[in-house]
Amino acid sequence: MLQRLQHLLEIESLTTEQISFILDQSKPFQEFQRHPLKKLATLRGKTVAIAFFEASTRTRISFTTAASRLGADTMNLQAEASSLKKGESLLDTVRTLEAMRPDGIVIRHSSSGAAAFVAERLEIPVLNAGDGTHEHPTQALLDALTLRDHKQKLNDWNVTILGDILHSRVARSNIHLLTKFGARITLCGPAMWIPRELEELGPCIRRTTNIEDSLRGADVIIVLRTQTERIHEPALPVDEYVLGYQLTKERLQLAAPDALVMHPGPMIRGLEIDPAVADGPQCAVLEQVTNGLAVRMALLYHLIGGAPVDAPHPAKERSNASD
Amino acid sequence: MRVVEKRQLLSAQEIDRTLQRLAHEIVEKSGGAKDLAFIGVRRRGVPLAQRLAKIISNFSRVDVPVGTLDITLYRDDLSTVGPQPVVHSTDIDFTVDDRDLVVVDDVLYTGRTIRAAMNGLFDLGRPRRIRLCVLIDRGHRELPVEATFVGKNLQTSETEIVEVHLQEIDNEERVVLVDRVP
Amino acid sequence: MLLIKNGRVIDPASNTDTVQDVLIEDSHISRIGTGLSAGSAEILDAAGLIVAPGFIDLHCHLREPGQELSETIETGTRSAARGGFAAVCCMPNTVPVNDNASVTRAIVERAAAKGSVRVWPIGAASAGSKGEALAEIAAMKAAGIVAVSDDGKPVATARLMRQVMEYCNSLGLLVIDHCEDPSLFAGGVMREGKQSVKLGLKGIPSQSESICVGRDVEVAALTGARLHIAHMSARASLEYVRAAKKQGLRVTCEVTPHHFTLIDEDVRYDSHYKMNPPLASREDREALIEGLADGSVDAIATDHAPHHPASKDVEFDRAPFGITGFETALALGLSELVQPGRLSLNRLVELFTIGPARVLGIERKIEAGQPADITVFSIDHPWTFRSKDSPSKSRNSPFNGRAFRGAPAATIVAGRIVYKQ
Repeated sequence: MLQRLQHLLEIESLTTEQISFILDQSKPFQEFQRHPLKKLATLRGKTVAIAFFEASTRTRISFTTAASRLGADTMNLQAEASSLKKGESLLDTVRTLEAMRPDGIVIRHSSSGAAAFVAERLEIPVLNAGDGTHEHPTQALLDALTLRDHKQKLNDWNVTILGDILHSRVARSNIHLLTKFGARITLCGPAMWIPRELEELGPCIRRTTNIEDSLRGADVIIVLRTQTERIHEPALPVDEYVLGYQLTKERLQLAAPDALVMHPGPMIRGLEIDPAVADGPQCAVLEQVTNGLAVRMALLYHLIGGAPVDAPHPAKERSNASD
Repeated sequence: MRVVEKRQLLSAQEIDRTLQRLAHEIVEKSGGAKDLAFIGVRRRGVPLAQRLAKIISNFSRVDVPVGTLDITLYRDDLSTVGPQPVVHSTDIDFTVDDRDLVVVDDVLYTGRTIRAAMNGLFDLGRPRRIRLCVLIDRGHRELPVEATFVGKNLQTSETEIVEVHLQEIDNEERVVLVDRVP
Repeated sequence: MLLIKNGRVIDPASNTDTVQDVLIEDSHISRIGTGLSAGSAEILDAAGLIVAPGFIDLHCHLREPGQELSETIETGTRSAARGGFAAVCCMPNTVPVNDNASVTRAIVERAAAKGSVRVWPIGAASAGSKGEALAEIAAMKAAGIVAVSDDGKPVATARLMRQVMEYCNSLGLLVIDHCEDPSLFAGGVMREGKQSVKLGLKGIPSQSESICVGRDVEVAALTGARLHIAHMSARASLEYVRAAKKQGLRVTCEVTPHHFTLIDEDVRYDSHYKMNPPLASREDREALIEGLADGSVDAIATDHAPHHPASKDVEFDRAPFGITGFETALALGLSELVQPGRLSLNRLVELFTIGPARVLGIERKIEAGQPADITVFSIDHPWTFRSKDSPSKSRNSPFNGRAFRGAPAATIVAGRIVYKQ
């Protein structure tokens, strides 16, 4: 029996069994997205607090829709937070939400460790929708589901992650997940964004600043968003980035012929990705979005449905339903 | 809390004879096998539905499509204690609209499973008709659900459990009545 | 009159380490010897304990005036007394900044009225610590400061540091710098390295500190002034200090207990591990301990930085830098340095007594005629530090719940017992 997860805060501490379980459980919910009537009653009466302290449209809508299709209600908090802004603390904000008795909380925040911070202080399940530059676990899970659907298995694929790895929580979560299954990771980006310490995040990770080198033989390419504007750091001119690191059609040809291209979104066509590649047959971006819904429904179903983890197990249920 | 076997209800041959009889009954009461489709309720309704379809195809040359339905997400009896049950896939590769559906399950008891199955089916479309076929009807209904096609009717007590063992899943073929003893 | 009997007197200034009695009359030490008695004296039995000169903390934050929610002179000095400190030097980053004589006087007077131990204020180097104009240093000296610093920040530019040093040199005042390069530091919250990359927290390379130490040492060479490096955390910084000492420059440095105890790999999403300078690498810690042992490091200072609980109970990024430190300093020195054999007990005592005293240019010894500041401590008494039991108003320590062996047994300031276990 799988160890019961109370929260989903990060990929780093999950086992391959737990990850496979989540991906397997996402399959019925993938199929569900094709039903004409997309409304279940399985989480009816439950409320999910969607607390986003950082701007996001896609992930927020994905979680809200996932909850809603399961039959749950949502409480939606959207608050821009920056370290300079005074006002109600994160702790007080989530405690206020908790006082309205939601059955779980999905949180996105600009501080690394914010999801863990909240999980330590609340009694309800917490799902991390992205904390600072630390992790974005549901993104890695939906990427893995997409990859598994295309390649049948998660194993020692050659995975290239392109872009600003240092500041990417998507990269970190993907690195943690894929290395657990034996993937060989190549990190590629401008030198200041691929520090040496990234190689210590897992076995079989190498870095290069040369995009052609990174793409040769790649089975999977994950293209990251690029923020060329930074606080506290000099910006890299856009044209420099395009010159060195845009995934163009020509560069893509260096990879394996059936290489899968993924992007967490939103894409900036013409910056990190050539529009021809974005619209091309190898790019799975839209599938990723659908899979995001499936993964999030599976997670909400398991974490928020059912009892709190420490509740006592029932005496045998009065039912003839087997399994 | 243990479980002891009380008696065998159906042997392998009896199961087969029952299914043969049910298959003929279904075709008779449907005016032929033309628009029929079977929906096997996971788990054991599935092999039963597949066997019925095979029997029918043998004597009538009509291939009745079989879909599988997982009712986990449609149950109304998911408790507030314990972890969530694992969800499995629903696999119905034909349209449900305007079909003459026969839902197939191994045991009919409270009726909640069938109610959940109907909820699931209505999410997929609008069938013309839904009828129920079960191997065993053990009584104790809690909802107004009835089976049109019944293999065997049984009087049972609330502590008893009817266990259907099928080759495809359990590696043996029989139906037994077991009881819970303290 | 107070008679401390049968303690093991360790007095680094005179190289003493024997069991002796110490007699205190009024506020001075009157006699040292064996078998002393004095009729009406209060007796303090120090059998099995160490009797040392009163500890001096070169670096702490008492938050008064202006931030009394986190600490006051009264609560801070009670905590200091509990930690065995007889004298503390408080940094000027109060509200308002201690950059003029009236704030200095206010601190001195408050300490005289409510303080448990001696409070020696450090004045700002620049007005408001803004890094532009000089503060009213001479006036503050008359009011009682013992050094200047813009702590919390580095002295802003080499040019300003030069002016501060030249001016202070002429006044015989020490300049203390919190060494940091703002452009490398910017936005950082912990030491840059494997742990910061793993946790996704913005890292600060050690060069942020060492670049500034290098700058200050060069300016000290230019001016000949007395320079003291506050809370030094990096091996590269220590190299600069060693080289400067070798050259005969009057450069000194201090290390905090948390920097010889914890490293960046200990950091987790808990603001009790967030301070400035941040916890450094394993190699840095090793270098600091070697420096503590071989004399390159002059003193242990706590950098006691209280922050009231609500302000620290936030996400790591948002939390203020700093942890408390008075009450765990000696115990950490014993457990991390003496017990594992990295330093002798006598050397540890130096680092708390004549080390800081020499940095300040004063004497600290157990000798007839000296002020009766004494720290009596055990090296084996088992106890557990619980921040909620501290007289400090703040609870921000990563050592809450940690078991120790050895603690202050009594702290005596000017002949009065200000703390007794």
